[in-house]
Amino acid sequence: MSKTVTIAPVTRIEGHAKITIHLDDKGTVTDARFHVNEFRGFEKFCEGRLMWEMAGITSRICGICPTSHLITSAKAGDDILAVAIPPTAEKLRRLITLAQWIQSHALSFFHLSSPDFLLGFDSDPATRNIFGLIAKDKEFARRGIRLRKFGQEIIEVLGSRRIHTPWAVAGGVREPFEVSKRDYLLAWIPEARETALLALKTLKSIHENFSTDIPNYGNFRSLFVGLVAPDGALEYYDGTIRIMDGGGNIIADKIDPHSYSDQFGEATEDWSYLKFPYYKPLGYPQGMYRVGPLARVNICDYIDTPLAEEERQIFKAMAGQAEAVNNSFYYHYARLIELLFAVEKAEALLNDPEILNPHVRSKAMINRLMGIGVSEAPRGTLFHQYWVDENGVLQKVNLIIATAQNNLAMNRTVRQLAMRYIDGNKITDGILNRIEAGIRCFDPCLSCSTHAAGQMPLHVQLFDADHRLLDEIRR
Amino acid sequence: MAILTLTIDGEQVSGKDDESILEIARQHGIHIPTLCYIDGLAAVGSCRLCLVEIEGSPKLAPACTTKPQEGMVVRTATERLQRHRRMIVELLASEGNHQCAVCVVNNHCELQNLAYDVGLTYVRFPYLFPKKTLDASHKDFIIDRNRCVLCTRCLRVCYEVEGAHVWDVAGRGINCEIISGLNQPWGDSDTCTSCGKCVLVCPTGALIEKGEAVAEMEKKTDFLRFIVTARKKKEWINMDSDEE
Repeated sequence: MSKTVTIAPVTRIEGHAKITIHLDDKGTVTDARFHVNEFRGFEKFCEGRLMWEMAGITSRICGICPTSHLITSAKAGDDILAVAIPPTAEKLRRLITLAQWIQSHALSFFHLSSPDFLLGFDSDPATRNIFGLIAKDKEFARRGIRLRKFGQEIIEVLGSRRIHTPWAVAGGVREPFEVSKRDYLLAWIPEARETALLALKTLKSIHENFSTDIPNYGNFRSLFVGLVAPDGALEYYDGTIRIMDGGGNIIADKIDPHSYSDQFGEATEDWSYLKFPYYKPLGYPQGMYRVGPLARVNICDYIDTPLAEEERQIFKAMAGQAEAVNNSFYYHYARLIELLFAVEKAEALLNDPEILNPHVRSKAMINRLMGIGVSEAPRGTLFHQYWVDENGVLQKVNLIIATAQNNLAMNRTVRQLAMRYIDGNKITDGILNRIEAGIRCFDPCLSCSTHAAGQMPLHVQLFDADHRLLDEIRR
Repeated sequence: MAILTLTIDGEQVSGKDDESILEIARQHGIHIPTLCYIDGLAAVGSCRLCLVEIEGSPKLAPACTTKPQEGMVVRTATERLQRHRRMIVELLASEGNHQCAVCVVNNHCELQNLAYDVGLTYVRFPYLFPKKTLDASHKDFIIDRNRCVLCTRCLRVCYEVEGAHVWDVAGRGINCEIISGLNQPWGDSDTCTSCGKCVLVCPTGALIEKGEAVAEMEKKTDFLRFIVTARKKKEWINMDSDEE
């Protein structure tokens, strides 16, 4: 008799989801799915609102990456106003985008994922979290918390609040920067850099301990999608779209983000509120692609900060010459390389005297009836597209969120892990946690991706072929 | 004009007989919350937030439209009044679509300040989520009826001070709405002079300037006292001073 195992809710990720694992008569895994069961409807209820409010409204999609929505929305607004924003405004927006990377990447590694690595997948789930981590290595946890604080501090210094700042607006940013604020932030840099390096060292040291687990963590070829700078460097705020295949071949490059809808389609399945974006030329579901740190570090030609570039070369060498790094476990590695990059780049921006220029906002009225904003959110490429009438009232909204773009790959990862670890009808906690950890590689944010809110607990169910519930774990 | 003596909240105060209880209370530093009232425009007593108790009268009276009498004893902050005021703000909150977090006047809103003032920590009534319209057809300004509390300040400033009378109230009861002209788009109004006074006196984010983002707009109402004094007395007062 076949069965389905359900993991619900999935823990230590942002949002609500469950995992179901389907078994055949012999107890062998036939399929596994990652279901997102929250729904919010932002695209719909923004209709009829004003374009100028969108940065403030869409940043409310999420409490982790509001800044990414803020910046992307402001960029869509720039496009509708058809203005070139002042160079200083772009630099300040770049700085806050890096701050967003720093706080989110630090959160993903230190708070959410490192308990698995440092305490072990099979350790007691009651203490396999940030508190268990504090008990085991107080200094390590403290440094991680402080690194996240540094990212949040930049956001607060610029936008006067950590979460949901309405600081970026169509046309630029609201307030110029100040010398005293710059100096305050610069003083944090040495500590932040040291912690980013410590995180990298720690992660690399555990790679060996988990050498039997790692090959099963979403290890498959897929496309990688992200923005790159005009010279091919790692990009986070602007640039053009590059698409690479799992063999490391660039199959499309210098794609104007305005034509993203020619490249990517969105499929839906009746078992998840999270859409399934795919690369149109390959169709659904063959057009599976991954975004986020693993994609970005794979597709770029280089990173324009020295320490992160050194690390990128080690990363690239793992895959060999003509291959992309295809194992989703290395999202963690790529994320920490980006964390280091963000700290180094933030330092460079803070040292740029131009960042203190008081001219930070261009003003204009509605000059285009459609605008697209794109940026690299911590979890991957984020698109906002708005259609407005001549008065700036929204007629239609389309948001394509990073986590959704990883949906096919996350499902594939869950399937791979289930097939490797599940045998028979019983699920142990260690197995459950490995499957969750597979999802956690992607650092998904389901609040964003369904444009929905909440925190994600874990629920796993085991069903037989007749859809009878055999086993269930919930926490 | 006579000077009268009355008691407000136990304090002996004096005021002119053509002033309202609200004006006299304010002159003596006694705070009574208001919403539809604004210094410089005719008082209409419609929001009922300034209701006070008058000894010997079974009814509550709006301080903004009630004149003083010799020996009158007024109470402005009894438990009953505070309960009523909280209820009024609660009803206003449930009747409109007030989403402070994403509002253009967040942190600079009189309705929001009132909610703090009366201690409104939650709304007991179901939100009505009425379907309201937003009109962005004017070249400089926007009216978002979702955030309108029907205080009619816009209507009065346009009629009394600017003399244009663009705004009016249409409909009945809970379905009342502020309309421009004969319910035509604001941008098509022949009478609007685009002076922006209505936007400045609006206590909420219902009337806003185009291009303002969330929490960005601050309303400044000082201009009204300056203009009204200049019109009536031919005196051009310093807006920063308290002198009349």
